[in-house]
Amino acid sequence: MSTVPTQGAPRPDAPEQVHDQPVVLELEDLAMHYGPVRAVDGVSLQIRRGQVTALVGESGSGKSTVGRCIVRLVEPTAGAVRLAGADVTHLSRGQMRQHRRDVSIVFQDPAGSLDPRMLVGDVIAEPLRLQGSRLSRQERSQRVSDGLRRVGLRPEVAKRYPHELSGGQRQRVSIARALMSEPTLLVADEPTSALDVSVQASVLNLLADLQRDIGFACLFITHDLSAVEYLADDIAVMYLGQLVEQGTREEIFAHPRHPYTQALLAAAPVADPAKQRARTPVLLGDDLPSAMDPPSGCRFHTRCPVAVPRCAEEVPTLRKVGGATVACHLVEDDGTGPDIRSAAGTVEAAGTAAPAATAPETATTTGRPA
Amino acid sequence: MTATATTATPDTGTAPVLEVAGLGVRFATESGTLSAVDGVDLSLAPGEIVGIVGESGCGKSVTAMSLAGLLPRSAKIEGSVRLLGTELVGAKPGVLRAARGQDIAYIFQEPMSSLNPVLTVGRQITEVLQVHEKLSRKEALERAVELLGVVGIPSPRERVKHYPHQLSGGMRQRVMIAMAVACQPRVLVADEPTTALDVTVQAGILDVLRGLRDRFGTSILVITHDLGVIADVADRVVVMYAGRVVERAGVDELFARPQHHYTSGLLSASPTPGRHAGTHRLQEIPGLVPVLSEQPDACTFADRCPAATDRCTTSRPVLEPARVSAPEPAQGRPMGQGGPDGLGREHLVACWHPRGDTPRLTPEDRA
Repeated sequence: MSTVPTQGAPRPDAPEQVHDQPVVLELEDLAMHYGPVRAVDGVSLQIRRGQVTALVGESGSGKSTVGRCIVRLVEPTAGAVRLAGADVTHLSRGQMRQHRRDVSIVFQDPAGSLDPRMLVGDVIAEPLRLQGSRLSRQERSQRVSDGLRRVGLRPEVAKRYPHELSGGQRQRVSIARALMSEPTLLVADEPTSALDVSVQASVLNLLADLQRDIGFACLFITHDLSAVEYLADDIAVMYLGQLVEQGTREEIFAHPRHPYTQALLAAAPVADPAKQRARTPVLLGDDLPSAMDPPSGCRFHTRCPVAVPRCAEEVPTLRKVGGATVACHLVEDDGTGPDIRSAAGTVEAAGTAAPAATAPETATTTGRPA
Repeated sequence: MTATATTATPDTGTAPVLEVAGLGVRFATESGTLSAVDGVDLSLAPGEIVGIVGESGCGKSVTAMSLAGLLPRSAKIEGSVRLLGTELVGAKPGVLRAARGQDIAYIFQEPMSSLNPVLTVGRQITEVLQVHEKLSRKEALERAVELLGVVGIPSPRERVKHYPHQLSGGMRQRVMIAMAVACQPRVLVADEPTTALDVTVQAGILDVLRGLRDRFGTSILVITHDLGVIADVADRVVVMYAGRVVERAGVDELFARPQHHYTSGLLSASPTPGRHAGTHRLQEIPGLVPVLSEQPDACTFADRCPAATDRCTTSRPVLEPARVSAPEPAQGRPMGQGGPDGLGREHLVACWHPRGDTPRLTPEDRA
């Protein structure tokens, strides 16, 4: 992950020197192959203490598989997962247990991740029990009450079953459970995607508040770039099992350099009719190529509107460009490159005027009649 | 028809193709009656795209399903649904069957569960054409290929031979749209058409819907929880909350001057890319959507509303023209003003304390 400190206005309580903080998660060339399906194919990432990194991609990009590898729900095919310096890549279930308190996960669908036959209080107390902590009944119920209060629920909720709660409340229970062991890293896998807009806002606010107060590091996995801008320090964009771009939030939103990042940003409709009408939709082809037989060269070249022959032949490597790292042949070292969102077709290098590059004619598809 | 510059106005006059008045739907459940929809009025002009927006449980999908009698028998429907002048509430099964497919068609959220997995997509489209249009098998196949082209499926002649599992999610939704518009229905109801799809694919599907309107003058009712989708395709918007219509306006008007506190709350709660974030919180709407067994004589949003007073809990607000100052001239689409013209183009709100000219808080204001 980028070790560049957050640019622009820093988060009020964020540690000023993120790059001085210890690394809590390190992925090195992580690969997870399910038989012939190469779900994750060489992902390297670092998260430091107190840092929120968003892993963004569409369905099938392998982003959830990365999360599952980190909490060792699956054993990676190759590469390494290190939690606070300890290699957990191939640990057995028993060996993994002592690392469980360091990392927790919140899943997308709280209805599916909470046992319907367990009282909420038991759900939340389970991490304590599994850690073998010898608490008296009273201490335990105190911890449960504290855990519930922390996520904005009344302690009485402990005596309810998950089905008695709303979707937003259930997700709060999942978060409370995940934080029970005071983890240094929280993996949040699409925690708000199943929720309504107004509830989504309150859960995002809660996560942001908790993160600021407790200071755990967070890998926030999502398909929704707009949710990410709101709480991430860093953003990593994933496509078909690999990272295509990563950088600080400001950098990714202000100067997205990879055509796929640009397409993602352009495709999400904004709740503003005038803006929505004014912009040129970028239409990628429908088909995400199969992860069983990923395209040669750059994996995005089959859908990329600005691809050149080289893209099909040569695999682009992630290299440092400005405040980000990008894997695209068309991005120059000074950060200039095609911008598929505008007819002008160039992205300016940060701070400098872009040289007038010739924009490929096919760069954009106008979706609406003129 | 709206005065949209980009729209090919079909020569069908301006009478609404669909008129819904006082629509109410109740379900008999084990734990008593459930009032899902209460007193919904809406109209759809030829070639118009109207969006119904609301959160889960607000009754938007039940409203959509009730239009062509798709609800189970446990649903008690009252009010009136007139499609091209024909009353559909309480109509005989034969009347409904004739209307479905020919005059009104549906697409749903999850295309895989609406497609038959053991038939090729060509077979499924030609079936519609053979039944409704009485085409021969060969003619129907030609039309199917043509339709797949219309919805933007590359190499349609090959694709008609494919089974649904061989297609991606976006392709499947395009096939669903092709089936729905096979008989050129006047009204297309799209219930969360892009919710299961990725954003890059969603943009393409929304373009197909817009294309259908522009090409065939199809009127489209888009049901969604996503204000971004509404901003993208809708001409007019109906906001639903707890089974009732709380606000109705042209799309620009609604986003610029939301009158109901629920509408403005929804707008503020949506994270919007480009907003400079990290320094402020998203606005929340406290509380939960109520589940109603009886529709009370009160505003159902009152207990979550920042402006609620005693009046809101004792008396039900009706949809009334909003008192906002004349909007500045719109670019592109017409504003939701213009007086009662029978097409419901005016800005209506059901609120005792509408926001009036209070500007919506912009992110910059709040930061």
